[in-house]
Amino acid sequence: MSRSAFFRRSFLAALIPALAFAASAQIAVEGKKVFTLAGPPLADGIVLLHDGKIEAVGRRGEVVVPADYQVIRAEVVTPGLIDAHSVVGLSGILNQAQDQEQLERSAPMQPELRAIDGYNAIDPLVEWVRQLGVTTLHTGHAPGALVSGQTMIIKTGDRTISTNVLNPAAMVACTLGRGSLETKEKKSPGTSAKAVAMLRAELIKAREYSEKLNRKEEDKRPARDLHLEVLARVLDQSMPLLVTVHRHQDILAALRVAKEFQIKLVLDGVSDAPLVLDEIKASGFPVLLHPTMARSYEEAENLSMETAAKLRKAGIPFALQSGYETYVPKTRVVLFEAALAAANGLTPEEALATITIDAARILGISDRVGSIQKGKDADLALFDGDPFEYTTHCTGVVISGKEWTGAVR
Amino acid sequence: MTRAWQLSLAGLLMIAVLPFPAPAQDNPLAFTGAKIIPVVGDPIENGVLVLQAGKILAVGSAGSVTVPTGATIQDARGKVIMPGLVDSHSHIGGGSGGDSSSPIQPEVKVLDAIDVRDSTFQKARAGGITTMNVMPGSGHLISGQTVYLKNRRGNKIEDLLITNRNGVIAGGLKMANGTNPRRDPPFPGTRGKSAALVREEFVKALDYRAKLARAKGDPEKLPARDLGLEMILEVLDGKRIVQHHTHRHDDILTVLRLQKEFGFKVVLHHVSDGWKVAEEIAAAGVPCSVILIDSPGGKLEARDADWRTPAVLENAGVVVGFHTDDPITDSRLFLRSAAYAVRAGMSRAGALKGLTLANAVILDLQDRVGSLEPGKDADFILLSGDPLSVYGHVLETWVEGTKVFDRSDPKDHLMAVGGFGAGEPRKAHLCCFGTEEDFR
Repeated sequence: MSRSAFFRRSFLAALIPALAFAASAQIAVEGKKVFTLAGPPLADGIVLLHDGKIEAVGRRGEVVVPADYQVIRAEVVTPGLIDAHSVVGLSGILNQAQDQEQLERSAPMQPELRAIDGYNAIDPLVEWVRQLGVTTLHTGHAPGALVSGQTMIIKTGDRTISTNVLNPAAMVACTLGRGSLETKEKKSPGTSAKAVAMLRAELIKAREYSEKLNRKEEDKRPARDLHLEVLARVLDQSMPLLVTVHRHQDILAALRVAKEFQIKLVLDGVSDAPLVLDEIKASGFPVLLHPTMARSYEEAENLSMETAAKLRKAGIPFALQSGYETYVPKTRVVLFEAALAAANGLTPEEALATITIDAARILGISDRVGSIQKGKDADLALFDGDPFEYTTHCTGVVISGKEWTGAVR
Repeated sequence: MTRAWQLSLAGLLMIAVLPFPAPAQDNPLAFTGAKIIPVVGDPIENGVLVLQAGKILAVGSAGSVTVPTGATIQDARGKVIMPGLVDSHSHIGGGSGGDSSSPIQPEVKVLDAIDVRDSTFQKARAGGITTMNVMPGSGHLISGQTVYLKNRRGNKIEDLLITNRNGVIAGGLKMANGTNPRRDPPFPGTRGKSAALVREEFVKALDYRAKLARAKGDPEKLPARDLGLEMILEVLDGKRIVQHHTHRHDDILTVLRLQKEFGFKVVLHHVSDGWKVAEEIAAAGVPCSVILIDSPGGKLEARDADWRTPAVLENAGVVVGFHTDDPITDSRLFLRSAAYAVRAGMSRAGALKGLTLANAVILDLQDRVGSLEPGKDADFILLSGDPLSVYGHVLETWVEGTKVFDRSDPKDHLMAVGGFGAGEPRKAHLCCFGTEEDFR
């Protein structure tokens, strides 16, 4: 590419945010190969999109493209990708104080913090992951505090939050092990055991709060407590506790707390999973596995590129995630993390499931997204070859029936 | 004593003095049937690679190369062979250079601080990296001397050094500009001050050289020995290459300005904004060592980092290598860097060169490593398939005719994929001078 052509392209790219999508009520997406994730891949498949939903999907011939539909063609079509755990939108691209909203360190437990109040829908990293096929993010407060806040599930489309949110309060983010020992004033917790004790004490407080709220006499009910009411939702199982945990002993501690309080967990990170596979399997809790390319230091020293394959073999439900990086890359990209899992024991279709339908099931959004099926949201990712190959490009995405173009990456 | 007896005694003596690890056998070894990517010249289908005594003896197509009689033959059909990868910027071994007491510390050698038993060395072998430039960080204007290493199996740093005929240890000088060395006093607070401090140091070295010349060896007149200025003089004399961390377009141009003023050899590292000033870099004839990261940012000056940089620089005629900056990117995934450059428009041949010969040029080791040519060191990797495909794996890594990684060996496999015992309980040293905590 000549330098002038490069700059023309850059100039156009700069204009794109204003014109990034073409609204169309009716789109037909034709793919030489369509991975529906609801059955075997379709050769020469067609997906009809109408009013933001998938209207029909099938092989050419089974599905006919109506004359007035806009046609988009791609080599490979997949469901829009889902990043099962991210901090994109809260942990901004510049890594400076003003764009880092993912971790409030003024107290060890702050479940009342909502991701939706800190999310920046136009941080450049939202666009970055969208250009690499990601249409849905489970994002929010990061690992690094005992209870850091709530997470949410949001699409990477429109700038306004309201039209994009799938779940404004998905999980309560918790960290056990060394990763929870990070308060600003060096207060407790100072050890892993102390962290567990503090969490248990807080859950007991929340249980008492719930019980008092149910008192018959209105004047004996406690004042509303934003902090405890979120933990009460964990206790009544309407929100899972998302526990970021890496070492085997800390994984077992998390399972112990879950059993004591009869709460639902989603295990996150879980570098030592291969050491406690039976225990994880017996718990029935799903896993949001560390990025395949995560760095193997400190608590995560034992992580492996083959853990995804081991979880699959053990029958433990899991999804892959981009995780949280304090430095660079400021976000990882789940497409690449799944690709490396596909090179280390998963089949390509199994790897694709970890960033589509399997992620959707764990996040409780599989009625809306995660596979290409009639009635689901019209969220697709388009590629010019095998999505996992390093040299393939993501040529565009469709989110709720809107086509997003822009830089082809 | 019979001659046969003398010979076998000599043999015993030789074995007795063999250093660890055992050197390559003198018996020639031939790999046959592989697709060979020599980097210099076109890829060879059904190729033959012959090595002996740590050097490449011959490389070519099955018909054109005569396998010496008595050679051990390794069938490599269905495999790909390419030169061992050269990483022009790495921090494996966890060593630090300058200690933050002052911004300019050329006397500090990172080789005094590298732990060669760290798992990162084994992981680099798993990634096919046979030569690397291990650097101190970028938190100083001059953070110390870098060291070029061969990834031989060894228990001490001396086992891995590269020395020239005169016994001089190969290495560069690490410099940095932009925001990393911009810190509290005595560090510079602005870009202008950063450049001024560096110029002062170079002027001091020129003065030191003049004093040395005037003394004509007279001990009475010789200036007191200055370890730091000695290193700057090596740079000014073209004996040591400046390996310069720089991101933003204006910082890149500042490096080129200083290079022009003092006439030293320099390589630009990271070069996030390289795509903005490619013609200026090309005009200066300065090579670049680029890092490709999964997303841009992490700091303001890397906001515009772009996978297209290697392609733009290549088109401008710049020598382009890649680096891991391990632990920023993982040595085991070095091949990915080249693949992403191709994804963003670089030529395939250029990208493979960027992992090998271009980096050899960047380290001034092109006479020994970087391509498969007769006479060069027998550093190569055996791959299961296309080096730019995610599905390919490095199966074997060879350094100077010795196999240092074999994926079929469970211990090596563990290092290749990770797992219990494969990691480091220490913190990863990210960026310039601190640990992850500094970025929280």
